[in-house]
Amino acid sequence: MDKFTSHTGAAVPLRRSNVDTDQIIPAVYLKRVTRTGFEDGLFSAWREDPAFVLNDPAYAEASILVAGPEFGTGSSREHAVWALRDWGFRVVIAPRFGDIFRGNSLKQGLLTVELPIDAVESLWARSESDPTAEVTVDLAAREVRAGASTWAFELDDFSRWRLLEGLDDIGLTLLHADAITAFEAARPVYQPVVA
Amino acid sequence: MKTLAQKVWDAHVVRSAAGEPDLLYIDLHLLHEVTSPQAFDGLRMAGRPVRRPDLTIATEDHNTPTDNLLTIADPVSRTQIETLRRNCAEFGVKLHPLGDPEQGVVHVMGPQQGLTQPGTTIVCGDSHTSTHGAFGALAFGIGTSEVEHVLATQTLPQARPKQMAVNFVGELQPGVTAKDLILALIAQVGTGGGRGYVVEYRGPVIEQLSMEGRMTISNMSIEWGAKAGLIAPDETTFAWLKGRRFAPQGDAWDAAVEYWRTLRTDEDAVFDREVTLDVSQVTPFVTWGTNPGQGAPLDAAIPDPESFVDEAEKAAAERALAYMGLTPGQKLREVEVDVVFVGSCTNGRLEDLRAAAGVLKGRKVADGVRMLVVPGSAAVRAAAEAEGLDQVFTEAGAEWRFAGCSMCLGMNPDTLKPGQRSASTSNRNFEGRQGKGGRTHLVSPPVAAATAVVGRLAAPADLV
Ligand code: SF4
Repeated sequence: MDKFTSHTGAAVPLRRSNVDTDQIIPAVYLKRVTRTGFEDGLFSAWREDPAFVLNDPAYAEASILVAGPEFGTGSSREHAVWALRDWGFRVVIAPRFGDIFRGNSLKQGLLTVELPIDAVESLWARSESDPTAEVTVDLAAREVRAGASTWAFELDDFSRWRLLEGLDDIGLTLLHADAITAFEAARPVYQPVVA
Repeated sequence: MKTLAQKVWDAHVVRSAAGEPDLLYIDLHLLHEVTSPQAFDGLRMAGRPVRRPDLTIATEDHNTPTDNLLTIADPVSRTQIETLRRNCAEFGVKLHPLGDPEQGVVHVMGPQQGLTQPGTTIVCGDSHTSTHGAFGALAFGIGTSEVEHVLATQTLPQARPKQMAVNFVGELQPGVTAKDLILALIAQVGTGGGRGYVVEYRGPVIEQLSMEGRMTISNMSIEWGAKAGLIAPDETTFAWLKGRRFAPQGDAWDAAVEYWRTLRTDEDAVFDREVTLDVSQVTPFVTWGTNPGQGAPLDAAIPDPESFVDEAEKAAAERALAYMGLTPGQKLREVEVDVVFVGSCTNGRLEDLRAAAGVLKGRKVADGVRMLVVPGSAAVRAAAEAEGLDQVFTEAGAEWRFAGCSMCLGMNPDTLKPGQRSASTSNRNFEGRQGKGGRTHLVSPPVAAATAVVGRLAAPADLV
C-alpha cells in the first residue's frame, strides 16, 4: 500500500445521499478477476446522464470526492474502492460511510474522511462555484483545509499509523503467528471443520 | 456482565493490545467466485498458502445460471467461475460447484450443512454474512483485502464494535412474516441506524420464530448498517442443527450444547443503545423507494417527499420516486408489477418456498406477469421437489429454476429490463440492482405470491 500523508486536489461535489456500492460500481463489472481497471464501471449508470457531475470536464482533474450521508452502504464489494481509486480519487469526504466500504478504503489507501454535513455543504458550494478550488486533506494533522476553513476529522490512531506508513495488514498480523498457533491449539474440539 | 456478542468476541481474541484493534480468530471462512479471485492472486504473489483450508469452504452462486446446470453462457462469468475452481484446487479449498448437491447461495449453503454454529466467528466476502448471526454466531461481511487476510492468517484485526439491543415487543399479527418485521424496523431506524454496532435481536417474537425466519432478520442487518445481527441460540437452534452433516456428534454434541446454552446476554449486561419495535403495529410491509429504509405498510400510499423533515431524506425520496416511476399519494396496492422473484439468501429457503406455494396453490400467476422461483440451494430445491412444491409453482405458471443468487443482483442472465418493475423477496432495492433501469419492491414470500396472482402489490388476504 502507498503511504498517505497529505493530499491536495480539486473536489467533485456529489450532492447525493445513500450512494450505495451498487451505484458506485454495478454488479456487471464485478465479473472480472483482476484488481485494476475498474474506472469504466465507476457510477456507470449515472454517467449515462450527460448532466451527471463526473461528466463535467471542469472536474476532470479532481481527486477528492465530496458526497452526502451514508456513502458506500450495501454490498461489501471492494471493487467500489478500486473503481474510485482507478478513476483517480485519493480521498472521499462524506458525513457517514458504510462500515465495510470504510474498512476496504482504508486498506487500499483511499482515505475516507467523515465531516459534518455543514462542512460538506460548504465544500459543495465552494467546488460548485470554482471547480479548480483546492482542498487539502492532511492525515498527519487529521485536518481538512479549504480556503479559510479548517475542519478536524477523526480517524483512530492505528488506522492512521498504517496509512502514514503504508503498512500491509497481513505482514503485521503474521508478526503474531505464534499467538495464532497457540490460540489454535486451544480451540474446542466440537467446532466444525470442513474436511 | 456481557452481551452475547461480547461473549463470542472475547472467546476469539488471539491478541489484544492498547491502541490496536483486537486480532480475532475466524472459525469459518466462506468463499464465492466474485470477491475471492483477487485475494487468491494476492496469496500467490506473496507466496503464501491458505492457513486453514479445513476452515474454508467455497461455493458458486452469484454468476451461476438458473435455467440449466451445464452452460454458463457469458464468457466473463464463466472465467470467474473457472478461476474459483482453479484457485480452490491449487490451494486445497473444498468447493461446491454448479451441479453439486450442496451448491447454492453461500449463506444458505453454510447453515444447511450445519457449518454455521452458535458461538463461532464466520466471515465471507459478502455483506449478507450477517445471516449466520441467527445461530448466535458472530458473522460479518468483509472486503477482498480482508478475504486475503483471513486466507493467509485465519484471523482479522477488528476494532471492538458498540453493542445494540433491538427489542421486539407486542404480539405478532396474523399474516405478518419475519421479512415484514425487518423491513418495518429498517424503515423506523434508517439505513445508517446500526452503523458501528453489533446488534442483538431479542424478545418473545424472535424466540417464536423458526430458524428460517431468524435468518431472514439477521440477513438484513447490513441493510441498516449494523456490522452483525445476532440472535441467542435456544432449543429451536439446537433442534435445527442436530444431525446435520457438520454438527457435532455424540459427546461432542453434548459438550457443544452445554457451551451454547451459556451464549445469552447476561441479565446485568448493558447495551450502548436499545431500540424497540412494536410488532403489534406491523402489517405486511413493502418498499417504495431505492433503499431498504424507504418502505411502508402495504395498506399505505406512496409518501410525499415534502413530508420528510430531513433535507437529505426529502431529496432522496424525490430521486427515488422519479427512478421508480411512482407518484406521491398513489396507493401501494395500485402498483402494477412485471416480474415476481422468490429467492435469495433472505427468502430462498424451504419455509419461504412453502409460504409462497401455499398462496399460489390452485391459483394462477396473472397474465403478463413473469414469476421466477429460485431456491436458495440445490438442497432446498431437492427438498421442495420432494414435497411437490415445484408442481404448485409450475401449475400456477411460475418458472421453477435452479439454485443461485439469480435476480437478487442480476449477475447471471436473470435480470429486469429497463423500466420493468418487480416484487422481490430479496434484500436490496437499489437502483439497477436487479438489472439496469429495473425497479424493485422488496416484499415477503406471501406478498410476492399474492402479487403474482393479482398483478399488483397485494397480500394473501386480498385474494378471494
Ligand atoms: S442472494 Fe443476493 S444478497 Fe444473497 S449472497 Fe446472493 S447476491 Fe448477495
